[in-house]
This record gives sequence, C-alpha cells and structure tokens, in this order.
Amino acid sequence: MGGNSTEKMSLKLKVWRQKNNKDKGAMVDYTVDNISPDMSFLEMMDTLNSKLVKEKGDSIAFDHDCREGICGMCSMMINGQAHGPEAETTTCQLHMRKFKDGDTIVVEPWRAKAFPVLKDLMVDRGAFDQIMAAGGFVNINTGNPQDANAILIGQENAELAMDAAACIGCGACVASCKNASAMLFVSAKISQLALLPQGAIESEARTQAMVEKMDELGFGNCTNEAECEAQCPKGIKIENIARMNREWFKGAIGSRK
Amino acid sequence: MTSKKCSTSTSIGKKQIMGVTGLLLCGFVLTHLLGNLTLFIGSDAFNKYSHALTSNPLIYLAEVGLVILFFSHIVMAIKLTRENKAARPTDYYMRTKSGRGSTFASSTMIYSGVITLIFLIIHINGLKFGTHYDTNIAGVEMRDIYRTTIEYFQAPLHLAIYLIAVITLGIHVSHGFWSAFQSLGLNHPKYMPKLRCASVLFGLLIAIGFSTLAIYCYLQGGH
Repeated sequence: MGGNSTEKMSLKLKVWRQKNNKDKGAMVDYTVDNISPDMSFLEMMDTLNSKLVKEKGDSIAFDHDCREGICGMCSMMINGQAHGPEAETTTCQLHMRKFKDGDTIVVEPWRAKAFPVLKDLMVDRGAFDQIMAAGGFVNINTGNPQDANAILIGQENAELAMDAAACIGCGACVASCKNASAMLFVSAKISQLALLPQGAIESEARTQAMVEKMDELGFGNCTNEAECEAQCPKGIKIENIARMNREWFKGAIGSRK
Repeated sequence: MTSKKCSTSTSIGKKQIMGVTGLLLCGFVLTHLLGNLTLFIGSDAFNKYSHALTSNPLIYLAEVGLVILFFSHIVMAIKLTRENKAARPTDYYMRTKSGRGSTFASSTMIYSGVITLIFLIIHINGLKFGTHYDTNIAGVEMRDIYRTTIEYFQAPLHLAIYLIAVITLGIHVSHGFWSAFQSLGLNHPKYMPKLRCASVLFGLLIAIGFSTLAIYCYLQGGH
C-alpha cells in the first residue's frame, strides 16, 4: 500500500446501492479517476458523487458530519473492515495513500438487524439511542458544581473512564463483530459511568436495563473474539465488556427487583 | 432503569452459563487426561484406576453432573448461535479480519463444538460401552478396560478419528478457557495476557496429551 503523494490514482469501486429500506439493493461498479493520495476516503466518495451528479445519476448516500474523527457518523465497511484497514482510524481520517492506483475497493453499509439500511451506505443507528435512553445516564441531581476536591477520583479510574468515554457510538463494533453484537458500545457507556462516583451508585441497575434493551433490539451475543476492539476507531478495550459482565452479575444476584 | 427479565434469558446470563459449564468441563477433561496417564504404567494400574472409579457409588452422581454440564453447554451454544445468526440477516459482500482480533479457534467454536459432541458419542460407544473383558487383579474381579482400549485403537480409523477429535478439542479449549473468564467478568490487564497464554498451553496439553495416549495404545498392538 501507499503511493507517491503527487501521483493521481484511478480506482475501481464496488458500492452497495439501495434506494430505500424496502429495496433489495445490489453492489454497483464505478470507476473514479484523479484521486489524490492526500484525499480522505470521504473526499474520494465526494469526487465520485460529483461525477455521478454530472452524469445525471443518483449520488451515493452516506453519513458524515465532523470529518475530524470525533462524531462517529462516517460508518462504512471498506474492503470488509469497519472504517477500512487502518487501525484506530475513522473513515473520514482514512487517506487514499493507503490504497494503490488500480485497486478495487468494496464499500458496504454496516450489516445488522438492529441497524436497518435506510439508503445506500446509510443505516439507522437509532438502536444505540434507545439503549442510552434505557439507562445510559445519571439519575441523581448533582446540583451546582462542587469544589474540585469535594469528590475525590483516583487517577487510574479517571483515565479508564475517559478511555471508555472516547467511544463515538459509530457502530463499528457491531459491524465488525461476526455476531453483530453491541457489547463493546454498551460496555463503554456503562464503564464511563460505573468508574466515576456519580455514576457508580446506579451501575448495577443501569447495566441490567441497558443489557435488556440491547437484547430486545436484536443485537447478537459476544463470543470474545475481540474483533470489535481491533476495528474500533477509538481503541475501546474489551476489558470494558468484562466490567459490564461483572456489573450485570452483581445486579442479577443482588437486585431486589 | 429496571429489569424484568430472567437472568438466563439475557445475552450475558447465557454467556456466563457457557463460561461456568465450560470451565467445569475443562476440569473434567484435565482430570480425564491425568487419570488416563495410568495407561503408561501398565494394564494393572489402568484397570485398577478404572475399577476404583466405576465401583464408587458416587460415580452415578458425577455422571449425572457431567450430563447436566454438557447439556447446558450445548443448549446455550445452540441458542446463542441461532441468535447470532438472526442478528445479521444480510451478510457482507466482503468481510476481512483485521488480524488483530479473532483467531482460527475463536471463529470456529461452534464447529469445533459440534465435532467434539459427535466424537463424544463415538468415544463413549466404543470404549465405555465397548467390548467387555474381565480380569482378576489380586483376587478382585474387574473389567479389563486396558484390553478394550488397546484393541479399540488397533483400528487405524479409530485412531484417526480420535486424533482429529482431540486436536479439535484442543483448539476449542484454547479459546474457550480464557473466554470463560472474560464472560464472567474476570478480565484484568495484569493477568489476562498470561491467562490467554495459559489457555493456548492448555489446548496444546489436551491435544498432545490425548494424542500421545492414543498413539501409545496403537503401538502397544505390535505396530
């Protein structure tokens, strides 16, 4: 991989096209020329869309927002991997220098029952919002900001909570898991709260409620393959899934409900 | 933030049942291997070991316990696999592993499990319910399971099936062992790398240990 930054590339693309969520959909072949190695993957997709519009064709629908790697919108399977081949990189931060002139690139939407395809590469990730609404918050009234030293938090827990909070909810974990499991996402959200004093109070009940919602929405089960961790653009660790399993077990045996 | 579901019907509950039953079955497999090492000592040692096990009335309780463990492990595996299939009704046109996550063992657990189950039936049928010979050791009448075992492994097909099965079982436990700890929430950054290494070593021990026993039995027949 890699190329001279001054050389323009021509690429063959196989892109999933689907008119709406009722349409059957199919892979469609495209060719795109004059791609600079310095372009991001989304800019390459923009170039293709410009060409399609000029040819009076229907542009390819895909999600994108910040293009800075922090919003979690640019969800695409690129050559069979969530966000493409580069570790800890979102699609918008993936550069075309990672591909070679003449390469064929396969672009597909996330595939999961809980993430129905809306159009082309866009999927409905509302299931994640439903999981968050089931318990991904702190119920207690925290009142006005307190003195910085009033609630002490160990450095290690603060760091771990921040690491878990780096999850951008893009859904790459679901997309890359062979079982379409959402456990990495759910465990990151549970961990970021469970590790801090304000969130720890309700941790067991929260875990029970979020896991129940996750199951209800039709996500698969975790088989501890760690492919989610490997393809997560934010490097969320499966250690969080173990924490969620612990919190769930404590709730399952200790809850009065 | 309330939950109304029974623990065993949730994804984590099922995984934890898989983990607990899997770990207990690992314990059984290890005990079985250690006990079978008496084969190397000789026919009397192996027959006496077998007699000590089968003449103990607690053996029935242990067998019922094993059946429950296997049954729970298999039922949960079937349920989880069906749910996992349903979670992705449309497959990808192209799916590539990152090379940083899943392994051959982790991605073939259901297949290695099915092979192990089929082998289990063949194994029990061929040895436990195999040809019955009697022997007398120091005035005690007992089954000559040593002779049954040696005779059984003289058939190259039996030996081949056994070798394939125990290698498959080794692959299965090499992922299953550490995976059980993860499912039970016992993941610690300090211990998990060592546990994953121990899991691979455990898989190797099972595969090599049982294979050596089977090859030894085959060679005892004068080959």
